[in-house]
Amino acid sequence: MRIVAEHLSYVYNARSPFATAALKDVSLTIEEGEFFGIIGHTGSGKSTFVQHLNGLIRLPSSLKRYKKKKLKKGQLPPPETVLKVGDIDLGDKKTDFRALRKHVGMVFQYPEYQLFAETVKEDVAFGLKNFSKGLSDEETERAVKAAVEVVGLDYEALKDKSPFELSGGQKRRVAIAGVIVTRPEVLVLDEPAAGLDPLGKQEVMELLHKLHSEWCKTIVIVSHDMDEISENCTKAAVFSEGSVKFVLPPKELFRHADELTALGLDVPLTAKLCAALEKRGVSLDCDLTVNDFVEKVLARWVAQKKGDNA
Amino acid sequence: MKAIAFSNVSFRYEEDSPFVIDKLNFSVEEGEFVAVLGHNGSGKSTLARLANGLLVPDAGSVSVFGVQLTDKNLFDVRKNVGVVFQNPDNQTVATIVEDDVAFGAENVGLPREEIGRRIDFALRAVGMEAYRHATVARLSGGQKQRVAIAGVLALKPRAVILDESTAMLDPRGRREIVEVVTRLNKEEGITVVLITHFMEEALLADRAVVMNRGEIVMQGRPEEIFERQEELVTYNLALPRIGVVCNRLRAAGMPVPNTLDAEALAEEIAKCV
Repeated sequence: MRIVAEHLSYVYNARSPFATAALKDVSLTIEEGEFFGIIGHTGSGKSTFVQHLNGLIRLPSSLKRYKKKKLKKGQLPPPETVLKVGDIDLGDKKTDFRALRKHVGMVFQYPEYQLFAETVKEDVAFGLKNFSKGLSDEETERAVKAAVEVVGLDYEALKDKSPFELSGGQKRRVAIAGVIVTRPEVLVLDEPAAGLDPLGKQEVMELLHKLHSEWCKTIVIVSHDMDEISENCTKAAVFSEGSVKFVLPPKELFRHADELTALGLDVPLTAKLCAALEKRGVSLDCDLTVNDFVEKVLARWVAQKKGDNA
Repeated sequence: MKAIAFSNVSFRYEEDSPFVIDKLNFSVEEGEFVAVLGHNGSGKSTLARLANGLLVPDAGSVSVFGVQLTDKNLFDVRKNVGVVFQNPDNQTVATIVEDDVAFGAENVGLPREEIGRRIDFALRAVGMEAYRHATVARLSGGQKQRVAIAGVLALKPRAVILDESTAMLDPRGRREIVEVVTRLNKEEGITVVLITHFMEEALLADRAVVMNRGEIVMQGRPEEIFERQEELVTYNLALPRIGVVCNRLRAAGMPVPNTLDAEALAEEIAKCV
């Protein structure tokens, strides 16, 4: 499912003294199959955008019909807001938002805080039961088992345990299983690796790649960690003050180091190294993953040595 | 003088479970800035909780500024050692910033004028004077965490322990907190124990300590610790990304140094290629 947003704006606490514009005329397309990164500071609008994707925040047009304002002579009509996930039009009043949420899974920050049931099995089954009424017990269990196993946990050993007895990393996996159990096509995760130790981070990212290849077609992650973005994403959007500043593959995005720094954002280590090498007359055409960087440097070094010997 | 001293301390959460802290000897000098590293479950947070009496050791003793912790002196000792935890939302009790900062000071029964002065001092120390009358709920994570630190500072502690206080913050928030604690250490002479997963933060400390299974397995100047990369990996600690790059280049035989400075590494690479 392709996600298309055009001219999307949103104001929190509209018509109150606390009114804050969170999104200002955002247009962004996320193609099916992408591992998409969303970058930006706290307050940049990235979470507001992401919450639109499964209808947690709705477009005004889907809530009620506004009278069209009369245009003054010569005035252009305001651009039309479009928000679509696949064929589902989120601006349409008649849209079935329950069906939408089945297709777009949302994993919030610290999802383990949302675990609540007495056993792992019940917790993971909760969303599924709500989305697919009339599913038999065997079907439910089969789906739950598959979801728990795909996130890398042992179903038989954990199914009757309380989710609160598990370790932090396991809890997070159970929470993710509870979202992917409905087999969403698009999986949105708000800072999936936050608060974990370095090893836990690495494991979560590996899990997301696994889900991307065998479970959900499109993955969207919100992240503060530029290394995480450059290492994992096919494309990334940079949000700042409610607008989208860049939408580029990491390799091209992090060439804009100065602009990113001006927005208070960092660049990944590999981008820093490439820039520093460039200044010294060495240009590497590297995709900014550590792997590729190391390989390119070593290839150059080996070629240089051969040249010296010849 | 020792700010915090653990002598042969053991602790476990349940009687039949393994010891989380096992015969630990550990001390922090007054005025020192110590970073504690370790993977999840290595005993770092238990260490913080033992240091100000939130947990009581099963064996051994904990002394804070020369006073051994007992049930009776717990509240006095806590005036000297404040702990800031991970989640900023769990550490605020009042709706207005100044009320929140005053909470601890009110609880120990300080006179009203003194509390006013303490709030001034604490908010200035964390750079939040402008937010004195602001609503806590409307602050960013980094700002909330600075308010939490101010609440601890209002008690004029001689030592502050930060238990992964930056883990939930964005990079900007993290920088704010690290700057505040570094300044408190250098200018106010407050002893700082910074428990963290971020290797970059540990670089600012005078000494880094690595914990594994409730024991201290490595300690020394942060730069020295990072040079022992293979050892760090065995304790399930990931290296800073630049360490990974250095390691892989060196493993292939390239003559580059082990460094944490990207410019310096680029300089050396440029010489080789």
